[in-house]
This record gives sequence, C-alpha cells and structure tokens, in this order.
Amino acid sequence: MNIEGKRRIWKAYQKEIADDRYYYARSCIRQNFFPGSETAFLRILKEELGKDIHDDPRHTTCTGIAYHCDVIPFETTMTVVARQFSLMSEAGYTNYVPSCITSFGIYTEILETWHHFPEIEAKVREMLWKSTKREFSKPANLAHASDIIYKFRNEIAAKGKYRLINQHTGNPLRVVEHIGCHYSRMFPHKGVGGAEYPYVLAGMIESWGGEVVDYPERRHCCGFGFRQYLVKANRGYSAACSKKKFESMAPFTPDMIITNCPGCPYFLDRWQFVIAEMQGITYGTAGQGIPVFTYEEVAGLVLGYDPWDLGLQTHQVAVEPLLDKLGIPYDPEMKYKAEGGRFIGTPEYPEVLKVC
Amino acid sequence: MEASARLTELGFNVVLVERQGRLGGHVDNWDFLFPDRKPAANILNPLKDAINYKVEVKLSSEISSIKKLNGQYVTSLSTGDFIKTDAILVATGFDLFDAVKKEEYGYGIYEKVITAADLEEYFSGKNGHKLLRKDGRGKIGILHCVGSRDEKAGNEYCSKVCCVTGVKQAMKLREYFPGYEVYCFYMDLRMFGRYFEDLYKEAQEKWGVQFIRGRVSEASETHDNKIMVKFEDTLAGKPMKISLDLVILLTGFVPAAGALQLKELLSLETGKDRFFKPVDEHLKRNHTSRQGVFLAGACTGPKSIAESITEARAVALEISSFLKNNE
Amino acid sequence: MMVKDKFGFSIHADNQVNLDKGDYSLLQKIMAAEPGFLNCISCGSCTASCTAASFTDFNFRVLCQNVRRGQNTNLMNELSKCMFCGKCRLICPRGINTRKIISLLHKELSNTMQYA
Repeated sequence: MNIEGKRRIWKAYQKEIADDRYYYARSCIRQNFFPGSETAFLRILKEELGKDIHDDPRHTTCTGIAYHCDVIPFETTMTVVARQFSLMSEAGYTNYVPSCITSFGIYTEILETWHHFPEIEAKVREMLWKSTKREFSKPANLAHASDIIYKFRNEIAAKGKYRLINQHTGNPLRVVEHIGCHYSRMFPHKGVGGAEYPYVLAGMIESWGGEVVDYPERRHCCGFGFRQYLVKANRGYSAACSKKKFESMAPFTPDMIITNCPGCPYFLDRWQFVIAEMQGITYGTAGQGIPVFTYEEVAGLVLGYDPWDLGLQTHQVAVEPLLDKLGIPYDPEMKYKAEGGRFIGTPEYPEVLKVC
Repeated sequence: MEASARLTELGFNVVLVERQGRLGGHVDNWDFLFPDRKPAANILNPLKDAINYKVEVKLSSEISSIKKLNGQYVTSLSTGDFIKTDAILVATGFDLFDAVKKEEYGYGIYEKVITAADLEEYFSGKNGHKLLRKDGRGKIGILHCVGSRDEKAGNEYCSKVCCVTGVKQAMKLREYFPGYEVYCFYMDLRMFGRYFEDLYKEAQEKWGVQFIRGRVSEASETHDNKIMVKFEDTLAGKPMKISLDLVILLTGFVPAAGALQLKELLSLETGKDRFFKPVDEHLKRNHTSRQGVFLAGACTGPKSIAESITEARAVALEISSFLKNNE
Repeated sequence: MMVKDKFGFSIHADNQVNLDKGDYSLLQKIMAAEPGFLNCISCGSCTASCTAASFTDFNFRVLCQNVRRGQNTNLMNELSKCMFCGKCRLICPRGINTRKIISLLHKELSNTMQYA
C-alpha cells in the first residue's frame, strides 16, 4: 500500500477547527456506556492543554436519536438545536463542540439546510422565540470533540507518558480505527480526511506511535444506526453488521479498535460478547476479543491517567491484556471499587468470551 | 496532423502548434488499437510522414494570447513566437480522467489498481512494471465507467470508447496471463462500432472473459495483498464480492487542460459536458460561432481514432471552403 | 435454554455472495462440452419465451447465471421444471445451444448427485 496516496487525499480534506473557547455539548448516552470519556475530554482540555471549555448543565439532547427513528419531526429537532445555539451565545461562546457523532451530523445537516434554505432558518427563529422567547446565533465554528483531540494530538503525544507500542515486542500496536457514519459520509468535506479514508483517528494513532490497520470492511457501518435495534427482535441485523467487520479485520490481527462515536464502541464492544455466547466465535487472541476504546480513553491512557478513572472497567471485552501490552500499570483490586474503596459488585461472567 | 496534411494538399500553409515535446498525443501511449489490433505506430507513422517538411510544426509551445488584427488571427506562443493566420483549427483533444478522484477505488494507494492507460504502457513495454507472474493463477478485474456516467465525478456523459477498450484489453490479458480469469464489471456494454460485437463475442467464446453486469462500489486491500471489490451481479440480483490480483480502471475522457484556456481566449462555447460545442450537430459539426475558428477531434467529445481522422478530413474541406470564399 | 431465547434475537446470516468460494467445477464441465455457454449476454429472451417460466418460478437465465458464478445449490430441483420444449434454443440471439446445456446439466447432476 502506498501511504503517500492516502496523504494526498487527507490533505485535500482539511477543515477549520477552532483552537480555544469551546462550548461543549455532551452526549445523551455516552456517559452510561463509557463513563470516563467525557470527563477525560474535559480534563485533557482544561488541565493538559489549558483551554477554555464550557460544560453547560442547561443544554438538552439534540434529539438526534429520536429524529433518526422518525419519532420527532425535523422542525422540532431544528428548534431544539436552535436553543442549544442560544445557550452557547448566552454563555459567551461561538465554537460549538458536540461529544456525539450523530449530534455532529445533525448540527452539520441543519446548518447546511439553513445555508441553502434561509427561509427555514427564519422559520426556526420564529419557532424558538414563540416557545422560549430566545434568540440564537449560529456557531462560528462547529467541530466534533474528536476533531479537537486530533488538532492537539501532537501536544498530547509530547506530554504523553506512554506510546501505542507493544512493550514486549517493541513494535507499534496494530490499531483499527472506526469512524461514526454521521461524521463524514453526508458531507465529506466536513470530516478530516473525507469519507473514504478518514484521518481524524488515523492521525491520532500515527501521532501516538501506533500503526493504522486498513481492512476491506473499513467503511462498513457497525450496525448502531437507530431504528433497527430499538426493537429487540431486529438486533440480529445490527450484530451481523459488527460481525462482518470483525471477520474482515481478524486476519490483520489488530491489537485494539478506536472509534469516535457513542454507539460504535458500544456495539463493537458488546457484540463481541453476543457473538461469542451465541456462536462460540471470538476474535483477537486466546478468546479474549479485541478491546474497543473511545479516543478520549486512549488519549487518557497515553497521558498516564488511571485506567479505572477512565471507566475502562465498564468495557465488556477485557482491556487488561492491552494495558499489559502498553506497559500501563493498573490495580486489579481497584477495578470494581468506587472512590473511597466501596465495592460496587462484579458483573456476571460470560461463558465463552474470556474476561479478566 | 491529418487535417494539416489535407490542408497542405489543398494548397494552404499550415502551422501546427503542440504543447508537448512530441507529436502524437495519447495515441503515442497506446499499444494496439481496436477493432483490428493494429499497432498504434501504424497510425502515427503515416500521419507524421504526411506532414514531414510540409507543415511548420511548433513543439513545446503553449498559447499565450490570440488577437484579431486586420481580419487575421495573431497567436502569441509561450516561446515568444507569434503566428498570423486566416483561420484557426482547435484540435486540443482530451485528457484522461484522473483516477485518484474516485477515492473508493484506491488508485495511487493500492499498487494492484492501475488504469487502462497504465496497462497500454505495460503492453507496449514502456514501463518495466512487473504486473503479474506469467505462469501464475488468479483473477483480474476490469472496471468500466470510471469517471464517466458519474455525477460524483462531475462527468455525466459516456466516454464511448472505454467499453471496447476494456474488451480488447481483456482478451490481451487472457493471452498474456492464461492462468488468470478476467472479469469485466460493466453497467452497459457500448459496442458501438463495426466489428465491436464480434470482439465481444470473441472475448467470451474464445478467451473465456467473464462479463458481470454490476458496477464496483469499493475496492480494498486484503491481508494477502489482493484487492477485494464489492459489486452486485444485477442479473442474478445479489450483492457479491471477489478478490482480484489486479484491477484495471477504464478511465473516461475529460476536456483537455488547454481547452479551458482556449475557450476564454477565443470566446468559444462549451456544452454541459464542458467539451466544445459546434454550431450544429449535423451540418456544421466543425464550425464555431466565431468566423474562421473550427473544431475537430475529441475536443468536441469522446470519439475513436477512426472518427477523429474522418473529422480531420471533413474540417480540412470546411476550412478550405471558408478560406476560398473569404479571399 | 435455546440461545435465541436467551437473547431474543439471532444474528442475521451474511447473504453477500463470495465468488472466491464459488464451486466452478460444474461450470468447467459444461464449458468443456459447450464453449458457447459463456457467450450468454443475459438478454433474457430465453426466460421470456420459456414454457415453464409462465407456470413455475423456473428462470433459465438465472439458473445459467448461477452456474457461471459457481453457485450450484438447488440446481436439480430447478432443472426438473424444464420441459425440454426447445423454445429457448429457437430464440437465443447468441446462438447458444441451450437445450444441450440443459441436457448436460441433467447428466452431470444425475451422475454425481453432488449438486442436489
């Protein structure tokens, strides 16, 4: 493979990412699935990079899930988003940073809609005023949280205590990067690196010493989407999507998977359990599966944060083998203890997937 | 070259301006031509001979400006020369679509993905690439309509000659690499010319080339260094995938780079496809709306070499008629 | 307890056909005896004129297509619907001896019984 060919394409898809003074919009569900990620993001931005990032308790869901499930009409979603923008201006910020990739897709779609159809924007202003007596300004810059980490990846590498290198062999870790569908598929120029060869996570991996693994089903959706898994009987479809990706990446023997969406790491992590229990198939080595991370978790690991503070104990696929490869120390005793040492209970153990 | 030769025969003086350092354009890169498999040199050599010493040729010259002065066109070249003529024939030809733009096929990234032009160079021995082992076994894929009939590529038109090129190359690949199966992935097979249908049948019957009606959506590298492509076999109605040892992209025509510049300099019209637009598609195929400025060849749209030569002869007569009437 | 009961769903099978895994042995045998088999352009004239196609779901064009792609399951069952009337042979614009193809397929399938 000629990496220069990819670099040329990456150069063609660059975007403006603001470098400070961010308004942070949290995700509805990430904090349940990966509790340490958003906290890590804020900690990295504030403490490591000295940035001004505003965490506003008054913002709501962007209604992305409901919109994509046809439960909420587009007009409502646009009005809710308008309120978010209004909160941003009120707090004195113009750079909007959503944590969720579907959110990012929603905001991008809405801003594009308003750009091409100003009459719709005017209507939304009217609706927002009628419902909340609020006015809004559009953000000067819209960037996903992974774009921000991408932008400062070298600074993070410089401050890092660990690199994505296998301590036992000295080789770079083989990393699969998976981008959320809503990041660049709709508007390739709004994603770093475009839609075919996205660079936002690949750039982080390269900067932190890892090796990016390219595999045939790189572009395939993980199956999260929305409406197809809400009804339990349909979840086989979603699981099949993730399984197809695992089957495709397995021959390349990846050490880990990094993603930048709330749903993707959730599915890529949990479906390995389902596939193991249902069909007896595991990926990775020794039946342990391939560990899946959010980019904030990986940034945190690189910076030397405690794995349990990053919330890695909630992962289904065991992360300990990877922590060992990275040479990151962790206290197994503290895995299921809350702050103060209170034991929070262990999860039920799977029959096929080997967990620690 | 053909138009120059004909015009010279009719008694006119011709200056041929060529931006490259040699004559021949794209034909100089081809190995052998459809439908009769004659070597490209069999076309170029007679054309070059016909103008040798008879036509003033200016190589490595680009057009800087064109002005009308006292009823004549004064063309300034990048070399500093300038030429005064009573008529201008625009024969800027075409460029090939840049396959890098179809990112999903990975040209420039995956070494086993090449273009039809690359393959012609390989066949004519021009680049010393080792494509495949002659005694090897495997599969080769030819992808039709790369950069043509494609809204995403910005070219909705059909480039016409690529389908027959694909069939021609498929047969040669089967001949060169008999252990390899060859698959052509097409949307429609445009066998528009005489003997083309015979080539298609020969490809199937004699050479065992397999034709799959379905456009390839993406190409990726597998862990054993093959290229996996996804497509639907539309005739079976099922999505499929296959690993190939070599992928050939049939890239289409786009207007030549210099054409846009000439469009501005001469205020010429172009069609929706960005190729030059003649005054009428039937009776004035070689005329522009500017008096004394004519068009011939692929600059008005994709066409075969045979058609270009025919147009060259036609435009020579049109120009001759124009010059005689305007004396 | 059935796995499906425990989860409430089962994982969908991947119906993307992998041509790398096709079984081309039957195709090879047909081509050795009737090279014209590859001349087919899938125009559909055969199926259009086919007697059986109007009354069963037999589709000769698709059947041949599947053999060419190495997908040979359920072949004998499908082939048994053909009445050997010869209308396909009469219409084929590529001059393929379709009746011979059917006859060859019958012979191969009966001999080996492996594609049942």
